[in-house]
Amino acid sequence: MDAIILQILNGLDKGSAYALIALGLTLIFGTLGVVNFAHGALFMLGAFCAVTFSRLLSLGFVPEDAGDTSVGGFSFGALQQETPYVVHWFGEGTGNAIIDWAVPLSILFAIPVMVAIGVTMERGLIKHFYKRPHADQILVTFGLAIVLQEIIKYFYGANPIPTPAPSAFVGSFDFGVLLGFDPGSIVYPYWRLTYFFFAAILIAAVFAFLQFTTFGMVVRAGMADRETVGMLGIDIDRRFTIMFGIAAAVAGLAGVMYGPINSPNYHMGMDFLVLSFVVVVVGGMGSLPGAVLAGFLLGIIEAFASMTEVLNVLPGINQIIIYLVAIIVLLTRPRGLMGRKGVMED
Amino acid sequence: MTDQTTDTGAVRASAPKTKAASGRVLGLGGKDLSLFLLVLGLALFAPFILNPFPEGSALSQFNAGYPDLMQRFVIFGIFAIGFNILFGLTGYLSFGHAAFLGVGSYAGIWMMKLLTTNVIPAIIGSIVVAGLFALIVGFISLRRSGIYFSILTLAFAMMSFALAYSVLTPITGGETGLQLKYFDPRILDAELAPGNPPRANLFGLNMTSSYELELGSWVFTFNAGYYLAAFMMLLAFYLSIRIFRSPFGMMLRAVKSNQNRLNYTGISSKPYTLAAFVISGMYAGLAGGLLVAMDTQVGAERMFWTASGEVVLMTILGGAGTLIGPVLGAGFIKYFENIISKINSTVLHDWFAFLPDGLENVVVAIIYPFVGKGWHLTLGLLFMLVVIFLPGGLVQGGQKLATVFRRDKNAGSVESDAAKKQPGHPGE
Repeated sequence: MDAIILQILNGLDKGSAYALIALGLTLIFGTLGVVNFAHGALFMLGAFCAVTFSRLLSLGFVPEDAGDTSVGGFSFGALQQETPYVVHWFGEGTGNAIIDWAVPLSILFAIPVMVAIGVTMERGLIKHFYKRPHADQILVTFGLAIVLQEIIKYFYGANPIPTPAPSAFVGSFDFGVLLGFDPGSIVYPYWRLTYFFFAAILIAAVFAFLQFTTFGMVVRAGMADRETVGMLGIDIDRRFTIMFGIAAAVAGLAGVMYGPINSPNYHMGMDFLVLSFVVVVVGGMGSLPGAVLAGFLLGIIEAFASMTEVLNVLPGINQIIIYLVAIIVLLTRPRGLMGRKGVMED
Repeated sequence: MTDQTTDTGAVRASAPKTKAASGRVLGLGGKDLSLFLLVLGLALFAPFILNPFPEGSALSQFNAGYPDLMQRFVIFGIFAIGFNILFGLTGYLSFGHAAFLGVGSYAGIWMMKLLTTNVIPAIIGSIVVAGLFALIVGFISLRRSGIYFSILTLAFAMMSFALAYSVLTPITGGETGLQLKYFDPRILDAELAPGNPPRANLFGLNMTSSYELELGSWVFTFNAGYYLAAFMMLLAFYLSIRIFRSPFGMMLRAVKSNQNRLNYTGISSKPYTLAAFVISGMYAGLAGGLLVAMDTQVGAERMFWTASGEVVLMTILGGAGTLIGPVLGAGFIKYFENIISKINSTVLHDWFAFLPDGLENVVVAIIYPFVGKGWHLTLGLLFMLVVIFLPGGLVQGGQKLATVFRRDKNAGSVESDAAKKQPGHPGE
C-alpha cells in the first residue's frame, strides 16, 4: 500500500509538468488551430527566466570601503566579497532572503516576459501559418524551437545550470507518519510537493479564467465557432493572440518551477515536447480536461513502471510505457481519452 | 527539371510526344533521363566537383571531396529520397524514420559479424529487416492520418531508441554500440590472419581503400566505399523516378490531394500508403546498411528523434515531392554541417583581416554565433526561412530564379507550377 502511494506521489510532479505543457499546447491548438512544436522551447525559456532572474538578483558590486585586502604584498582581489545590490538596498536579512527565494520570485519576472514572447511569436510568425497545412506549422515551429534552443545555448552554455529551491523547501515530507505507516516509508521532497500544488493552482486558474470571465466565455465561443463570433463584431483574433500569450506563460511557469527538480539545460524543452505531444494526443486533441487528465495519468503510469518489482518482470518497460500507452489509446480510442468529434480529423 | 511532380496531367499529356521525339532509355522520358544523367554525372565526378580548391590554400577548408563526407552525401541522399516517396507523394509526415535507418544498421552489422564481412549480404539484410519492421510499424501507424500518424511513428521510433539503449543491450550493444571484432564468428569467411582487424569489403575490395590522384596542388580521392554508395544511390534514384512516374505513384499523389475522394470512388488507400511506407522504410534500411558498410559501427543515437527530424529537414529544404530535391537537401545540410561547423574565430579573423581592426572585430562578433558550434542556429533559421518563403524548397527557389532570368512565354506557367506545388490540404 505504501509503495503504491509513493509511486502515485512520484508520478505527480512529472505528471504536473506534462499536464501544464499539454494544457498550453491544447490551448494554442484549440484556439488558433496551430500545432506548436516550439512549446517545449517555451517551457525551456521559462526555466531560463528563473536562471536569469536569480543571476540578476545576485548581481553585486565590491563595496569601496572593503579595505585593503592585500596581505604581505600579495593582492587577493578575488577574495573581495561582492555585495549583491539587493542586500545593499534591503539590508542583510531581507536581501539574502530575496536571493534565497529567487526561483519562486522569478514567477513575477517570468509572467510578463513569457506573455511578451508568446504574443511576439504569434504576431510575428504563427499568424502567417493559419491557412497553411499542419505539416507546415509543425515544420516552422520545429525550426523556431531549434533557433530558440541555440540562442539559449549561446548565452548560457550547454551545461545544466543548478537553480536551487529556497532553503525552506530543502528536505522531505514524511507522509508515512501522516497516514499511519512506518516513519520513512513514504518520504517526498517538499519542493516536488510544492510543484504539484503550484501546477494544480495554475491549472485551476486557467480553467476558472476560461469558465468564469467574460473574456474566457468569448474565447470558448471562439473555440467552438470562430466565424460566428467574428461576425458578431468581436475581435476574436486579438483575444486568441492573448490566449497564445497565456499559454506561453503557463509553459514558462511550468519551466520556472521545474528548475529545482531538474537543472535547466538548453534541450530540456525538446525532451518534454515529445512526451507532451503524446500526452495531448492521448488526452484528445483540443480537449483541455483531457490534456490535464492524460498528463497526470501518464506521469503516474510512468512512475509505476519504474518500480523495481515491475522492472524485474518486464525489464525496460519504464522507458517505453508512455509510448506504448499512447499507441494503444490511439488505436482503440481514435480521438484520445476525451477528444471531441470533428477536431483534427483529416 | 522544371515541373516534376504536381502537373502530372501535363506530363501525361506530353508523354506520347516525348516518347516519339527522343525514345525512352531505361524507361525514362526525356526530362527524367536528363535529370538522371545529371545526378549520374554529379555522383561520378563528385571527387573533382567537391574539391575545387587546391590543397593547402586558404579556401581548402571548403573542399568536401574527402571520402567520409562524400559517403554521407550519398547515403543521406538515399535516406531522403526514400522519405520523399512517403512524405512527398502521400503527404504522410513520419517523424520516426530514423528508426528504420537504425534497425537497418543493426541488421547490417549482425550480418557482417555472423556471416561475412562482404558488404552485399549486410546491405541486403538491412533492407529486408528494415522493410519488415516498416511493415509492422506502418500497418499500425497508418490506421490514423495527420498529426496522429506523426505521433504514432514518433512513438515507435522513440520506443525503438529506448529499447536499443536499455533492454536490447545484448543485441544492440547499448551505449557502446556494436563494432566488428576479431573474434566474431563470420561463418562464411576464411580465418583472419592474427592481428588483422576485420574490414568491410566487397569481394575482397576494402571499403576504405582509396586511390589518390595528384594534379598539381590538387589532390582528388577516389574511395571504393563512396563509389559503392554512389552506385546504390543512383539505383535508388532511378527507382524513385520510376515510382514517381508509375500508376502506383499516381495513386499515392491521389492520396495526398484528396483521400476522401479516393475513398468515395471505392478505392482503399491503405495498401498504397502501406506500400509507400514499406518502400521508404527499405530505403532507410539501405542507407543504414551502407552507413555500417562504410564505418563498421552502430550506435543507438542514430535512431533518436532528432535524426528523424533531420531527414524531414533535408527533404523540405530540397523540396518535398520533387525528384531531385531530397538529394540536394541532403547534400546541402551535410555539406554545411561539416564545413560551417569547422569554422572557428581564428578562421573568421583571417578572412576579415583586410578590414580595419575595430570593424573586423565587430564583423567577427556578428558572424561568430552562426558558425562553428552555432551551426544549428544557422540551420534552424535557414529552415524557418525556407518553410516561410519557399515551401517548395531549393527546387522551387531554383525555378523562381530561372523564371526571373528566362523571361520567355513559359515564364508564367512555371510560376504557376511553383504556386501549385504547395501541398493542398484536404479539409483546410
